[in-house]
Amino acid sequence: MEAKLIGAIIPAAASGIFDLLALEPPGWGGNLLRGLLSSVQIALGAYGLGLLIGIGGAYGRLYGGPVVRDLLGLYTTVVRAVPELVLILMLYFAGTDLVNRILIAFGHQPVDINGLVAGIGVLGIVQGAYSTEVLRGAILSIPQGQIEAARAYGMPPGLLLRRITLPAMLPFAIPGLANLWLIATKDTALLAIVGFNELTQTTRLAAGATKAYFTFFLAAGALYLALTLFSNVIIARVERWARCGTPKLSETR
Amino acid sequence: MASEATAGTTGKGAAGWLQPHRVVLLIIALAIVLASIFYLRWDWLPAYLPLAMQGIWRTIWLLVVTSILGIALAIPLGLAQAAGPWFLSVPARTFCTIIRGTPLLLQLWLLYYGLGSLFPQIPWIRDSFLWPYLRQAWPYGVLALTLSFAGYEGEVMRGAFAGVPRGQLEAARAFGMRRWTAFRRIWLPQALQRALPTLAGESVLQLKATPLVATITMVDIYAVASRVRQDTFVTYEPLLLLAVVYMAITGIIVLAFRRLEARIPTRVG
Repeated sequence: MEAKLIGAIIPAAASGIFDLLALEPPGWGGNLLRGLLSSVQIALGAYGLGLLIGIGGAYGRLYGGPVVRDLLGLYTTVVRAVPELVLILMLYFAGTDLVNRILIAFGHQPVDINGLVAGIGVLGIVQGAYSTEVLRGAILSIPQGQIEAARAYGMPPGLLLRRITLPAMLPFAIPGLANLWLIATKDTALLAIVGFNELTQTTRLAAGATKAYFTFFLAAGALYLALTLFSNVIIARVERWARCGTPKLSETR
Repeated sequence: MASEATAGTTGKGAAGWLQPHRVVLLIIALAIVLASIFYLRWDWLPAYLPLAMQGIWRTIWLLVVTSILGIALAIPLGLAQAAGPWFLSVPARTFCTIIRGTPLLLQLWLLYYGLGSLFPQIPWIRDSFLWPYLRQAWPYGVLALTLSFAGYEGEVMRGAFAGVPRGQLEAARAFGMRRWTAFRRIWLPQALQRALPTLAGESVLQLKATPLVATITMVDIYAVASRVRQDTFVTYEPLLLLAVVYMAITGIIVLAFRRLEARIPTRVG
């Protein structure tokens, strides 16, 4: 309340750092936290979508026909060679354009595509290429006799995936997947380029409005860093859980 | 299963690579390329070609300069973390954590807008000979990309320095080498050799980070494509060309590092 009063009396540019970062409307803290929330939302969505694409892609690259294998190889190579910024612009423009053309072709009205959905879709496709490679490597690291044994028992492919392949590859995949999660949280910043209101874009707006560039960019940096460090703690736990009962990687060699 | 999974890549040479389905895929790809040449709009290209070449040159220049400066910074960072006393290793680790924990775009904007708004208020900076440069965008772009590369590569160098077998260093000492000589002749070359495969990947990541400088008004190839889009309202063609340019540069980086790695004998004692 007090911050609100001070903020109302003194112009924003002249007031102190804490007034600028206050959660109440004259301060921008609430906006920053909302930006962080939508960044985390996009990161979670894109990561999940990327994992689904990755599992399908890894299966396709390992067990698919020659054409599927080559096309997936092309997908991962191209996505990993072209900057995310360019991909985001391409997929953002082309994707929304394509959806609207399909809608018109089927006699519907064109829709204004939700920024959140577009962001998740675009970053998910980028993440999918990386997780395809991570998961492919992890599946290849499983002692292949385990998969052969499951097939010999007559397990159908779905059950094999759920009971054998996914749990057995997890310890090999987790370092790579953890890295991908950290990349996903940082790649959400790129959506600021297409004007989506995530943390970086919100920060730029706040900094531009108040001219307190250092304050806001440092605050946003602290939020990103907190997210990374928090993720690291969770990742360490998940890794310990996934490694449960398996020998250390150095001992399996 | 493993033999079946790798059957597609076991064929040796061009004949093994050029299987029937690949020929069909190549023909389809060629058709797509020809179609995009004839059916898409490329009439803007001649007018913007000089600018585009300048942009490509600036992108490559930025990549090379920031990578070299970044490695020069990463070596002391890695060494401090691997073998330094605590008052060196703690700041080095903190630096790497901060750089790796925040988005590069944010770091870039912090330096450009933050320092850029701070410097004009300090009289002795305004009077110094550096001021004409500090008013431009590129020093901030170079600084941000260099620090970022140093942060990521410092972590790699830490592992590389720690991974050199102790016997090598003990042997150097037994030969009576001074610490600096042992570092220069034994420790650093072997660490760099260990870091080389990672370095290739990091260089590609650095290339993919360069278009971010377009957001602080540097005119690299990405900024040229954006300008074409704004001037002519042609959306997809500049982006397609941009993707091709970046893929070509990535290919060159990968090939260059492969040749570099092939030149170094791989037998590590």
